[in-house]
Amino acid sequence: MTTPPLLSVRDLVVEFPTRRGTLRAIDKVSFDIAEGEVLGMVGESGAGKSLIGAAIIGLLEPPGRIAGGEILLRGERIDSLAAEPMRRIRGKRIGMVFQDPLTSLNPLYTVAEQLIETIRTHIDCNDREARERAVALLDRVGIPAAARRINDYPHHFSGGMRQRVVIALALAAEPELVIADEPTTALDVSVQAQIIDVLKEICAERGASVMLITHDMGVIAETADRVAVLYAGRLAEIGPVRDVIQHAEHPYTQGLMGSIPTLTQTSSRLVQIPGSMPRLDAIPQGCAFNPRCPHAMERCRRDRPGLLPRGADREVACWLYEAAEEEVRHG
Amino acid sequence: MADTVLQVAGLTRYFDVSKPWLNRVLEREERQFLTAVDDASFEIERGETFALVGESGSGKSTIAKMIVGLLAPSRGTIAFDGEPMHIQQGAAMRNLRRRFQMIFQDPFASLNPRWRVGEIIAEPIRTFGIASGAEVEREVARLLEVVGLSATDAGKFPHEFSGGQRQRIAIARALSSKPEFIVCDEPTSALDVSVQAQILNLMRDLQDEFGLTYLLISHDLSVVRHMANRIGVLYLGRLVEIADSKRLFTDPQHPYTRMLLDAVPDLALSGRRRTPVTGEIPNPINPPSGCAFHPRCPHVMERCKREIPLSRPTATGTAACHLLEDAPVA
Repeated sequence: MTTPPLLSVRDLVVEFPTRRGTLRAIDKVSFDIAEGEVLGMVGESGAGKSLIGAAIIGLLEPPGRIAGGEILLRGERIDSLAAEPMRRIRGKRIGMVFQDPLTSLNPLYTVAEQLIETIRTHIDCNDREARERAVALLDRVGIPAAARRINDYPHHFSGGMRQRVVIALALAAEPELVIADEPTTALDVSVQAQIIDVLKEICAERGASVMLITHDMGVIAETADRVAVLYAGRLAEIGPVRDVIQHAEHPYTQGLMGSIPTLTQTSSRLVQIPGSMPRLDAIPQGCAFNPRCPHAMERCRRDRPGLLPRGADREVACWLYEAAEEEVRHG
Repeated sequence: MADTVLQVAGLTRYFDVSKPWLNRVLEREERQFLTAVDDASFEIERGETFALVGESGSGKSTIAKMIVGLLAPSRGTIAFDGEPMHIQQGAAMRNLRRRFQMIFQDPFASLNPRWRVGEIIAEPIRTFGIASGAEVEREVARLLEVVGLSATDAGKFPHEFSGGQRQRIAIARALSSKPEFIVCDEPTSALDVSVQAQILNLMRDLQDEFGLTYLLISHDLSVVRHMANRIGVLYLGRLVEIADSKRLFTDPQHPYTRMLLDAVPDLALSGRRRTPVTGEIPNPINPPSGCAFHPRCPHVMERCKREIPLSRPTATGTAACHLLEDAPVA
């Protein structure tokens, strides 16, 4: 039990100083990712999912900055590292897959050049070995005729194939953690299913953990072991995927799940959460969700709930559950 | 019983994607055509929601644009309430145009950023002469309230609204000419799920209230399942299957429909075994011979590579697959 988790994020705060005051985009977010685990990070646009990923790999766009908390990779702090040691971690120990495969590949270099460069930067080998590795990797992510196609430029590949190349690139240095930010959002459903399978299999094979950032609950349900639900820069709920999806506890998660049309149920109306997520400069006092919450109490408007443990592996940031706990204790 | 609002027959659209003339001469290349929509036929009945689903490049939006008259068909006919379109000119066409409207995907691009919301909504009211003078303002206020905004929002500019609210404005504008038929091209795909739920619920309420008929274009099968009565599945510009919504999801006839259903992530965590999806949509400039789906089809036969399958009647619609000729797919 003494071995630290692969990644541990403690009370992370990300702020953007602006002329009209400082905006707090991530507000005290804490979570762990265990060895070989797939953690889903879900939330609507503007919830701050991508910022958490960017903060972990040290790629926050200025003026955004980490204003508090710490990020530990195997017990070692990485949020305060200088540019050069951070650059060595990025790619080598933490791989990245972004949403748009066209922008993460350089259009002026062949896939071979990009893969070989990445491999040789992080792994000690010669050109020929790197090339063999690259071909094997492309073959593994499902690119047909990899030995020939490796000499093609990114524009020769279709969207799905490009995302496969990006996955190969992210895994080239055998990282311990892969951060995948909306890896399938730009793809069609039939291709999305293939990419998810490839990502899942290849990470499991290599024992890499994955932080999967997406707005699509379906993708999370198919892929993740645990899921963290983000709302207005704060964690609403975190727990095993099955529990969270089937028995959501936070009122926001409940609303979110009800608002997703499914292939199996047919009710005439979807659950709708009134209003929309607050802007960063207008986050309400207390619980950020209180103006939209059907169960809001006096306390929710005053105090912000912390993550309350619910069972062994689950935490919910909602006052409803503290009351329940107290009742159990007193009754 | 059948009260057909829209009848589409043999609709086809080519796009010329040839290189410039000089290049063609120097490089000795032929003209190239992309067939975006190939021989599509379907009917939409009054008060129903007919959905077209397909992946990118399947021709969904091209069909939508032809129906609202933003693109001319290369072949085939579209009849609205029995009257053929595209032949009509002037006043008759204008009168017809009032009766159908369109809602687009991107509410950031479909509203003029320099116009106030009130003007955006009032434009069709004035153009079609539905109201005049102070009545226009009253009508705009009423429409804003119908879509769940406030009458005072008329004085604001589009940038003051969120994506979901903008889509509500776009819907108010579409309703302003009192249409019977609305083409909704991916109305919620730019929105978050919780906002999507609000818009889908609104669209349903409006349908009940005003007796609207929708043509819903979407790539999202769960949205389509939630909204549509009947569904047409497009693959590379061809309608491969049309069926009642329930039937399509419980008993898909065409192998492509099955593959598409299998590919949807499973939120119910039923742990079902899915057939792995293979391949990607081929280049539409050089589509595969015969049935366009044959390179990805698990049931491919020799014949599929040669002959384009014709649409055959199924329990609640049609499907275009050689397999259906002899026996249903096992």
